[in-house]
Formats: sequence, structure tokens, C-alpha cells
Amino acid sequence: MDMLLDYLWAFLIGGAFCAVGQLLIDLTKLTPARILVSYVVAGVILGAVGVYDPLVEFAGGGATVPLTGFGNLLAKGVREAVDQKGLLGAFTGGFTATAAGITAAVFFGLIAALCFKSGSKINET
Amino acid sequence: MNISNEEYSELTKQRSHNSKLCRTVPMAFLVGGLICTLGEALMNIYAMAGLNRDACASLASMTLVFLSILFTGLEWYDRIAQHAGAGTLVPITGFANAVASPALDFKSEGFVLGLGAKMFVIAGPVIVYGISASVVYGIIYYIVGLFMK
Repeated sequence: MDMLLDYLWAFLIGGAFCAVGQLLIDLTKLTPARILVSYVVAGVILGAVGVYDPLVEFAGGGATVPLTGFGNLLAKGVREAVDQKGLLGAFTGGFTATAAGITAAVFFGLIAALCFKSGSKINET
Repeated sequence: MNISNEEYSELTKQRSHNSKLCRTVPMAFLVGGLICTLGEALMNIYAMAGLNRDACASLASMTLVFLSILFTGLEWYDRIAQHAGAGTLVPITGFANAVASPALDFKSEGFVLGLGAKMFVIAGPVIVYGISASVVYGIIYYIVGLFMK
């Protein structure tokens, strides 16, 4: 039962992040690229002031999967690295914490680009 | 009811805008929520395999990234995104799609300045501003730490 509740909260909180993004797209002139940038920076700020980690505890995937979670991971990585290495950590922590996601996207992206053929559409950004 | 043409067109624009929101926002909520639920399920599966929490979260992200890029290659992701809007954009799968999609589309312009460079057309800004924000936070955190000791 507890597990079901975890899934429900992940669904609701994650869905809410996406619904807010959709409202921003429909009601403002923010492009999808700007939404992604805003979400990551917002995640860094929310992580820095300490409100995002409790949300991760509560919503699990609902908080870590949206790009705000990526931003929070950057903040968390920097915080832990500064604790260990001092000022140097401010420059090493972000990439260390997010390395798995970024590297996976780049590597799998390259493999996919080599394996698949592109449709004729031009990608809008 | 007497209204001018301008008022009428304004009214119809408003109404159609509202009805558009009634469709796009629930779709974004549903699809985005499902992707996050999948992420939660993946974390639970990796946790059952006895991995620690950070490793589970990283592996779950990597799995979502992999699936997203596979779907992008098969041209399924864009088809879902047409209906889901921000539901497929905001999760980490949207970031992965933003990496793979231009890489695929611009492969014809060459492997270095086509595939390699265009891969970062959206992911680049995300990393630039994300990393920079985290460095600023790290410096502030360090300075605050000096005074707290």
C-alpha cells in the first residue's frame, strides 16, 4: 500500500511540474528551449535554498525525473563537493553529480544518430 | 447582443485559447506524470537489486534517457510529444530527446559540425546556465561556510 502511495505521489507531483510547463508554453512566449533552461536553473535555486530535497523524499521520481531534479542534483553535487574539497568543489561538484545523465544522453544520442535514419522534417527549436 | 467585429474576434480567440488549455494541460499532466511514475518504478527495481540510493537514481535517469533516445530514433517520441507538449519536454526524457533529435536531423551536414555540434543546440544552453548557476551557489555556499565556522 505504501508503495502504491509512492507511485501516486510521483505521478501527481511529476504531472504537476509538466502541467506548469505546459501553461508556460501556452500562456507566455517561452520557447521549449527556454523552459528547459528555466527549469534547470529553478532546480538549482530550489536545491540551494533546501526545499527540493524534502520534495524528493516525498515524491521520489516525481521530483527527480523533471529537469528541476537535474538542477537540484547540480546543487547537491556542488554542496557535497565544497564540503569535501573546499572552493574547488564549486567547480567539480556539478558535473560529477550529473555525469551519468549527461554522458548517457551524449553517448546514446551519438549511437542513435549513427544507427537511425532521419525523417525529412526540420527540427524546430 | 451588440458587439463589434473586433470584440467578436477577441472573444473567439479567448474562448479557443481556453479550450486549447483544457486539452493541452491535462495531456501534459498525464504523460509527464506517467514518465515520472516509470522513473519511480525503475528506482524501486534497482533498489531491489541492492544498489544504494544515488546509484539507483542515476541508473533510473540513464534508463529513461536510453528509452527516450530509442523512441526518438524510431520517430515515436515526436509523435507522442505532439499530443503531450510539456509532458514529454519537462522530464529528463525531453532533455535526451533534445540531444538525439538534432543529432539525427543534422547528421547529413557532417559528423563534426552537423551531428556533433547540433547535438548541443538545446542541451548546450541547459548545461551552460545550469552549471553556471551551480558554480555561483557553490561559491556562496563556500563563503557562508567560512563565516559559520
